[in-house]
Amino acid sequence: MKRTLSVLVENRPGVLTRVAGLFSRRGYNIDSLAVGRTETPSLSRMTIVVDGDERIIEQVCKQLHKLIDVIKLSDITDEPHVDRELVLIKVNAEPAVRGEIMQIVDIFRARIVDIARNSLIIEATGDAGKIDAIENSLRPFGIREVVRTGKIAMLRGSKE
Amino acid sequence: MAEERSGARALLEVLQQEGVELVFGYPGGAVLPLYDELGRSSIRHVLVRQEQAAVHAASGYARVSGKTGVCFATSGPGATNLVTGIATAYMDSVPVVAFTGQVPTTMVGSDAFQETDITGITLPITKHNYLVNDVKDLPRIAKEAFYIASTGRPGPVLVDIPRDVALTPCQEAVPQEVELRGYKPTYQGHPGQIRALAQLLAEAKRPLIFVGGGVVASGAEELLRQLAEKIQIPVATSLTGLGAFPEDHPLSLGLIGLHGKPYANFAVKECDLLLGLGVRFDERVTGALQQFAPQAKIAHLDIDPAEIGKNVRVDLPLVGDLNCIIKELLPLLKPYDAAPWLARIKALRSSYPLIASPGGELQTPWVIERLGEMTRGRAIITTDVGQHQMFAALFYGYTEPRTFISSCGLGTMGYGLPAAIGAALARPDKQVWLVTGEGSLQMHMAELATAREQGLAIKILLFNNNCLGMVRQLQHDYYQGRYTAVKFSGNPDFVRLAECYGAAALRISKPEEVVPALAEAMQNDRLTLIECLVSEEEMVNTMAPPGEVIR
Ligand SMILES: Cc1ncc(C[n+]2csc(CCOP(=O)(O)OP(=O)(O)O)c2C)c(N)n1
Repeated sequence: MKRTLSVLVENRPGVLTRVAGLFSRRGYNIDSLAVGRTETPSLSRMTIVVDGDERIIEQVCKQLHKLIDVIKLSDITDEPHVDRELVLIKVNAEPAVRGEIMQIVDIFRARIVDIARNSLIIEATGDAGKIDAIENSLRPFGIREVVRTGKIAMLRGSKE
Repeated sequence: MAEERSGARALLEVLQQEGVELVFGYPGGAVLPLYDELGRSSIRHVLVRQEQAAVHAASGYARVSGKTGVCFATSGPGATNLVTGIATAYMDSVPVVAFTGQVPTTMVGSDAFQETDITGITLPITKHNYLVNDVKDLPRIAKEAFYIASTGRPGPVLVDIPRDVALTPCQEAVPQEVELRGYKPTYQGHPGQIRALAQLLAEAKRPLIFVGGGVVASGAEELLRQLAEKIQIPVATSLTGLGAFPEDHPLSLGLIGLHGKPYANFAVKECDLLLGLGVRFDERVTGALQQFAPQAKIAHLDIDPAEIGKNVRVDLPLVGDLNCIIKELLPLLKPYDAAPWLARIKALRSSYPLIASPGGELQTPWVIERLGEMTRGRAIITTDVGQHQMFAALFYGYTEPRTFISSCGLGTMGYGLPAAIGAALARPDKQVWLVTGEGSLQMHMAELATAREQGLAIKILLFNNNCLGMVRQLQHDYYQGRYTAVKFSGNPDFVRLAECYGAAALRISKPEEVVPALAEAMQNDRLTLIECLVSEEEMVNTMAPPGEVIR
């Protein structure tokens, strides 16, 4: 079971090490971790995707909470939220197949951001499912390199 | 020109404000600015012989006094020598603050002489740690360090201070209050859960209280006694819980777990409600989890939410300070029909007694039992790790909290002597006995000099079986008696050795020598070592192979 945790932390050196160290030390499976500054400069937000059963997720949350630098933590998996990942894919692209690749890029509302003689770099954003789909569609052409950011997520605004 | 207040001076202000009277440590280049200020202050410094002993002593001091222990060490090797001590304190939740010197900020990260990344190294074994990059943060960080170490579930905190930071002028005043948005321990228990617990207790027929170090750390032993007595619930303890409930009390069961008392373990098997207070259900207590307290509902009360549900499945979790919770719980308690359960426990106690026999030769359990009698269970006992530790846990008979001081969670050999030094400095009014083995004693033997220097009349009860007894026992039980690397063949003469360190020393080998030897040690006001020659064949009662069902 994959859960998405949104974790507000102090924007201080060493915080990432503390969080990452916790996962490796206690043997939790971390799927992805993305971190960046928030609207408040003294705070960072981490979006962590973890894999594990209910008990493990509960332990992960409690152990994260125990870190002095962790201010707030919520499991937003079941809350209405928007999540996105950014991917850069370098794909083989002989002139003969470029048209076909550009069609795929269009379908996924992705963008071509760099062109070389025999390859293209494609940029796409979306949820994990879409990113996987575009990666799969491009695989037959020969993917040379993939860089993914890991998921970032935000709760939707309240209804009223 | 008036001297400017340096970072180091500001740090000393924090120590003073925190009521620190005593610092254990060992100097070196990078920490000299702190030592220079320490030397000008009224705070006493205890110079140990190796840094690990400084943390252990600070830990012994903290456990006995209830205050936060403090130690200093220099960068690099000084700091890394602290590591085992910090891990030891971490595993037993002991409030210790360690200040280390570091190379100047301009050199941090350059593999400079005596540089180690001590905050990186101690990350998993501290409650929190800091590298102070800017002197303006120093007063706040030092203040936070004490706050974090001593509140909630206590634990060690390390503050790494580069030399230049300590020397730089510091304008910042010491804050009066600590404000940490990411650290807010829960003290009050949830009222609904407290009522639910009262209900569970009302329904139980065979309730049992299982007490750990959390009761001692929170000073809840008096409320625990009220809780147990009010409706007559028997009380068992973990190693760290020893002393939290007087062992001469009719409701006391004593130690449970792998090396626990057989009848106490049987009581756990049969209870239908187990109330864990400030415990962490360590594997040494539970054995195979599915067979632990198989008939019981488990209620778990702890200040650390992460402990609840970590090892055992809990039917009723309750987070908070034990004092607050028990106070709320007491008025809600309804008596249950305790007579059958207490009768059953009495029967278990007589069917599976734990007896120390005088035997023909000198036997450790019997010696410890005599010590318990002669000190009326009131001395402070520090131990090392091994068979002697388990005998000290089982046969002494603790009657007061903060009197069993031992490395329970990490099992660190060498803890006992430095911890005894800290203990003796914390309680000059109490007799402090170190129960040790010749293996463990040799890990920090040099601290005999520290004890002497400080004028401490620590009594050392050395059980010399000329081998690493506990390991030998494991090889006996699980490696078909193939003994490897457990026998000593060139140990020193411990009596003469102790005398070299200025201690009184005697050697005994017969049961009839025990009482006179103990009496003599209790009378004199000197550092004293009694070497007891015991057999390598002695075995600690073991309830199960590691990880298996405790029977
Ligand atoms: C620092 C450290 N190293 C190794 C061990 C493993 N160990 C546990 S008990 C023990 C033997 C202790 O021997 P001794 O102090 O003579 O006590 P005895 O068991 O003989 O009473 C050893 C080596 C340990 N606990 N700590």
